Amino acid sequence: MSAPPASTQSPRFEPRSILTWFQRNNVVALVLLLLLFVAAVELLKPGTVNPVWLSNTLLFAAPLGILAAGQTMVMLTGGIDLSVVSVAMGSAFLMTTTALKFGNLTAVAIGLGLGLVVGLINGVGVALLGVQPLVMTLGTGLMTQGIIIVYSQRILASRSIVPDFIHAIGSDRLGIIPFDLFLWLPIAALVMVVLKQTGFGRLLYAIGDNSEGCRLAGVRVWRLLLIDYVVCALLASIAGFVLVGHTNSADLSLASTYLLPSIAAVIIGGTSIFGGRGGYSGTIIGALILTVLDGLLTLLDSPEPIKQILYGAIIFTLATAYSRLTA
Amino acid sequence: MQTTISGHPATRASGISNDVQPANAGLGLVDRIKGVFAHQRALIGMPALLVAFLAATVAIHPTFDSFDSQSVAMAALPLAFAAAAQAVVVISGGLDLSIGSVMAVANVLAASTMRDASFAQSLLLAVAVLAAGAMVGAVNGLMVIVSRVPDVIVTLTSGFIWGGVALLILEKPGGGAPEEFLHLGTGTVMTEWLSNSLILLVLALAAIWIPLSISKTGLRIYATGSDETAAFRSGVNVKFARLSAYIVSGLFSAIGGLGLTMTTGIGSPRAGVLYTLSGLAAVVIGGVSLTGGRGGIVGPVIAAFVLTLIPADLIFLNIDPNFGQVIQGTLIVLVVMAGGLMASMRKAK
Repeated sequence: MSAPPASTQSPRFEPRSILTWFQRNNVVALVLLLLLFVAAVELLKPGTVNPVWLSNTLLFAAPLGILAAGQTMVMLTGGIDLSVVSVAMGSAFLMTTTALKFGNLTAVAIGLGLGLVVGLINGVGVALLGVQPLVMTLGTGLMTQGIIIVYSQRILASRSIVPDFIHAIGSDRLGIIPFDLFLWLPIAALVMVVLKQTGFGRLLYAIGDNSEGCRLAGVRVWRLLLIDYVVCALLASIAGFVLVGHTNSADLSLASTYLLPSIAAVIIGGTSIFGGRGGYSGTIIGALILTVLDGLLTLLDSPEPIKQILYGAIIFTLATAYSRLTA
Repeated sequence: MQTTISGHPATRASGISNDVQPANAGLGLVDRIKGVFAHQRALIGMPALLVAFLAATVAIHPTFDSFDSQSVAMAALPLAFAAAAQAVVVISGGLDLSIGSVMAVANVLAASTMRDASFAQSLLLAVAVLAAGAMVGAVNGLMVIVSRVPDVIVTLTSGFIWGGVALLILEKPGGGAPEEFLHLGTGTVMTEWLSNSLILLVLALAAIWIPLSISKTGLRIYATGSDETAAFRSGVNVKFARLSAYIVSGLFSAIGGLGLTMTTGIGSPRAGVLYTLSGLAAVVIGGVSLTGGRGGIVGPVIAAFVLTLIPADLIFLNIDPNFGQVIQGTLIVLVVMAGGLMASMRKAK
């Protein structure tokens, strides 16, 4: 299962060397794939690809990109977080329902508070007790979703509002630049710098590669994992805010539709589910590819079931091609 | 994927199991069945938990009568099969997040074709649905094996695809099945307390699981889940073992889907969604190790009944049954955290 040592890969025949080059520069391959999808959109309906379309694509991709940022950081350590969508939905719902009563900023803090709590529970389970991330986050996800459903039946839906600035972030534009890009770009830059340039980030890779080795080398693995899961949940909360700013109402059913994309964006982006390999730049392209793909399927004007089948099949094909290319 | 490194611990381990193999093959049927029970520690703990929950239910709701017992058995039927389906795949070292969607496919297939069928026809159609379920399971298994993408990702996407297929078959909840067919799940035999669904559950599980767990294929599934490399070196066709686990999972999911048709009387393309995660919860609570190779299906099936009793108890207590999901999630978290705590304490000793 583990990757072969790099030294065995270097001498190859001519056609292989192109593949090898793509393996090393997977972001380039991903950008080419993205351009392919964009070309398909343009071919299908000439004139679609214009600045407004581009702006829309970025607007739609931002919440997914932010959601997948946390997922990337968790997957790099060899984990997975299935609770991100429940946290995103729950934070957004808490925020919109408390905004009228406590004021906007407090509401945002309450929303982030949910992310913090769930992230801490995930972190304690995974980092301190050594529970498998999949089960742990599955449990906390179910818990969060259940609490929010119970809560939603206890409050009056009419008393929920989306604060103006959240709505602006999720839906408005400056010229053709979507506002949520101003949130996504700094987050993206921060995540990339943290992952590549700081000790914390590099240790996340190291843990994904060999957690036991890290522990023996004196790394406090549990502390890093705990922080990692908290950061992931907080990013999910922020993604939830952007999402609710876009849809303008906290929809509890949103969670199920975002689970697959939030993981697929990371996988397509080249981060290994076994950890230690990948990065956020790939995930960004992955999120863009999924967003363009979604638009492409909408353009095809096919009924919802067909769209769903095609979406799943394409994600599966991409993931397969990717694992073949990198394995 | 399988590289040969001399002196690798796995090689030595497989050497040992190679020596053991002939001795094992000579075991009598009784010993083999004993071995099956040894695999299932949960056989002791889980019934106790169920009895405790049943006692609590009766204490909360003293007028617990045959009608209540029937409704619990009916509600537990699809979840129990979802749990069994998940357990088989987990034992083989995989994970199936598409079970709910496969159940939905079976559910709508049955409801849309059986609508105007006679009872005899509906039974034939049920067999066809089971075959379709096994085929869907085979496709899942092939996708996992051929793509070499981790099970979680593959079944997450295939679940998406099968969900689309279910919508394609039946866009809105509808369809139906002949009265006698529904009676298989909703009726009772002998006493009012013994629901048909309970008998159906026990018969179907026994008919599939007992032969499987005694057979070589069952042993191969356990071996593959326990240590894929060692199993491979011992001559087990691990790909086939994983494939067969997915096929059995598809079959169980299809029975669960038929159970949904029987108990609800209609087909609904989105009815299965909840069962993926609840089934996995039952597997975790039922004592099947997610690392594979350990546990059986009896624990998860009993856990499915416990998970069904929770919302029922909440209703009897006049508490919002939606707390059921909260409790279910909390229960998973507590169970796995306790397991982790015990493991780390054992290590510290």
